[in-house]
Amino acid sequence: MIAIRTDEEVARIRESGRLVAGALDLAGRIVAPGVTTGALEAELEKYVRDHGGTPEFKGYRGYPAAICASVNDQVVHGIPGTRRLREGDIVGIDVGVRKDGFVADGARTFPVGRVSELAGRLIRVTEEALGAGLGAVRDGARLSDVSHAVQTVVEAAGFSVVRELAGHGVGTELHEAPEIPNFGEPGNGPPLRSGMVLAIEPMVNAGRAAVRTLPDGWTVVTADRTLSAHFEHTVAVGPAGADVLTEVRAVQS
Amino acid sequence: MAKQKGITVEGVVVEALPNAMFRVELDNGHRVLAHISGKMRLNYIKILPGDKVTLEVSPYDWSRGRITYRYK
Repeated sequence: MIAIRTDEEVARIRESGRLVAGALDLAGRIVAPGVTTGALEAELEKYVRDHGGTPEFKGYRGYPAAICASVNDQVVHGIPGTRRLREGDIVGIDVGVRKDGFVADGARTFPVGRVSELAGRLIRVTEEALGAGLGAVRDGARLSDVSHAVQTVVEAAGFSVVRELAGHGVGTELHEAPEIPNFGEPGNGPPLRSGMVLAIEPMVNAGRAAVRTLPDGWTVVTADRTLSAHFEHTVAVGPAGADVLTEVRAVQS
Repeated sequence: MAKQKGITVEGVVVEALPNAMFRVELDNGHRVLAHISGKMRLNYIKILPGDKVTLEVSPYDWSRGRITYRYK
């Protein structure tokens, strides 16, 4: 069953989402050649806690860190540590925050210094794919319309969509129903209704779609070691479209 | 954080256990304890040792699965 949130609940998830967005903005300012992923994690965790939130990933099914930092061929769930970012790397930062009992989840992929043309294009296409997915969200659309919109953008660019991992409902738990794959035919799955809160997250590989999990039990890498990028927003379904909860929006005009 | 989807694998039933549970040997040699999906129960699809089946295994617990299809 997919939870329908009241306006009050959506507002609280947006509060958590504000911290996710703030943490990701901060990550964008910190990411640079020479910075370790562990140092990045420490800064982001401090930011989240200073603003009254808790990092939701720590301890989730035994996950050992506050954020995920996935470098280059790492798709998602990279565990921060002593790895030092180098010029030309790309790093996906994934942050989940719980505040007052409500959870929001978001991710962005950042270039480290100057990156290759391919890496730049991969990041752009992945963000566009997320945008396309968000564009398919509205009351009455079907879940797989979102999946299809993401897949179409990715494959038109010649990249591939990871199959083994999916977006998810979010709200009071990090992972709730439904599961939101990033591929599929349109017109299938449950109808979206106003008040559903979804974390939509394309994971896009520059090479083939196949992935494997490293022996640490978490880090997912591309099987062919090509680059992978990841963007994610938590959104509420509204009558006219997606209401993005993990974005600090400028003053509305 | 992305959600791990159930992993679909194929295997051969080696032993029928009580309560519609089965021991299934996967193509990779692992043996998992599997139950039969509700939809298959409703349609009275019978499973016998030796049948080739499709099952979903939880990525978090590789020792258990859910049989979703029996090949003819």
